[in-house]
Amino acid sequence: MAESLLKVSGVSKHFGGFTALSDVSLEIAAGERFGLIGPNGSGKTTLINCISGLLRNDAGQIIFNGKQITRLPPYQRTRLGIARSFQVPRPFHTMSVLENLLVPSAYVVHMKDAEGEAKAMEILRSIGLADKAGLYANQLSQVELRKLELARAMAARPKLLISDEAMAGLAGNEVDEVLQILFKLNETGITIIMIEHIMQAVMRFSQRIVCLDAGRIICEGTPASIVQNVEVQKAYLGA
Amino acid sequence: MKFWLVALVIVLAAAGVAVSRINEYVFFAAFVVLTYVVLATAWNILGGYAGYVNFGTPAFFGVGAYTAVVLFKWLGAPLAVQIAAGAVMGGLLGFGVGMLTLRLRGIFFAIATVAVIFIMETLMINWRYVGGATGLQLLRPEAMAPFGSYTRMLFLVMTLMAVAAVALARYVQTSWIGRGLRAIRDSEEAAEASGVPTLRLKLVACVLSGALMGAAGAPMPMYLSFIEPASTFSLNYAIGALAAPMIGGTTHWLGPVIGALLLVTIQQIVTVTISSEINVLVVGVLLVAFVVLAPDGILGFFKRWLRASSR
Repeated sequence: MAESLLKVSGVSKHFGGFTALSDVSLEIAAGERFGLIGPNGSGKTTLINCISGLLRNDAGQIIFNGKQITRLPPYQRTRLGIARSFQVPRPFHTMSVLENLLVPSAYVVHMKDAEGEAKAMEILRSIGLADKAGLYANQLSQVELRKLELARAMAARPKLLISDEAMAGLAGNEVDEVLQILFKLNETGITIIMIEHIMQAVMRFSQRIVCLDAGRIICEGTPASIVQNVEVQKAYLGA
Repeated sequence: MKFWLVALVIVLAAAGVAVSRINEYVFFAAFVVLTYVVLATAWNILGGYAGYVNFGTPAFFGVGAYTAVVLFKWLGAPLAVQIAAGAVMGGLLGFGVGMLTLRLRGIFFAIATVAVIFIMETLMINWRYVGGATGLQLLRPEAMAPFGSYTRMLFLVMTLMAVAAVALARYVQTSWIGRGLRAIRDSEEAAEASGVPTLRLKLVACVLSGALMGAAGAPMPMYLSFIEPASTFSLNYAIGALAAPMIGGTTHWLGPVIGALLLVTIQQIVTVTISSEINVLVVGVLLVAFVVLAPDGILGFFKRWLRASSR
């Protein structure tokens, strides 16, 4: 495996008496397409909240790009190169689509507005939102909101992009569209963690998959080996 | 450029009016209106731009006022020094309150700011040097040369302060700080994930807002020739500072200015023509009317109207 970009070791997180994550360790290589799956409530979003800094893990370490980031606030992690989309889209609703992208371009890349706008339009074009640049969030469709989440994450020029269920609730052809965008981003060298319930999409996208259940990693491997795994079948199908 | 030209015209006009022979009462009333322009503009930096509703305006205002009293009684400090010190103390209080409360969201933050009023008021009630609960009579110095009275001079000073406050709010709004504050108001998590240092920006907003409120309070003791805790820490300041931006519009620096001019002018007229009790009712009625009919304030209403008519 190439040099690891993200190293999560022994991360645990409790909410009161509930253990959301216990002793989770994983490594992700630069340029990798990584899938994170697991049934509802298995801790997927908690884990990426710990990685992006929205939550503080109670135990364990997170090292990104050779740097200890366990105690850093989220905005500093974004500046180091970790960007994320939210499961439930959280657009800046009083700003146009274009202005949404100007927030990270001002705060992460430190670009002047004119420069930032040109760059933002470039991102919107590549993601297929260019003709919506002047619209507001309440004028966008569900798939466009998901694309906006990704576009805003991209405007922060990440090394690692965490896509938290960017495809949930989308129609078949829309799923393909978002999947194509993620493939394209990966080709430019961006490492991607995909959290998804749509199996067909994760299986197609990921080079490697980790399955969480009740806050533990129950198995890890290639998409083909994951579907064969008895533990995974048990976690998903009960039985 | 246009902004500064208009600002200059306003200040020159105010100076002209101040040395004219217009009835003294006009200045007495206009001073209050201008004080609210400063308070509303200050409130809007945190409350409007960042969406953190601050009910503690009287605490900041009162700290400015009492700072001025202390400096005046102790050193006989001139008005400009009192105002500067009021701003510093207001800013410091903003920093302290911000550090303690800005991690709270929504209603919890609002409640915490109310508590600050009572803390400050209790402190002043128990401080003999500034008159305690009974208050302190202050002897105003002589008015300076071109002004016929001290109130006229205060009117011009408050005009300058209002212009300065609006200029600062306008700078905050149009700079990168403003964009970050808007992002915080829309979604704090998304703002952090977009690289916005939310806590630091909220602190900046809280300090600037507190400093302006402190400055606005500093001339009040001289205006009244008197200070006393109950009226200095009156909740009317909290409501006025909040109502004016709501009525005018919270997203633009012009909103609180329009709101304060409209609301407090009506209040002043009602106070004289009908009764001083009813003037508080005016705020309530206008606030309810705007929340129901024009939730984005006067500016939002016109923006929508312009957008609709251009179609």
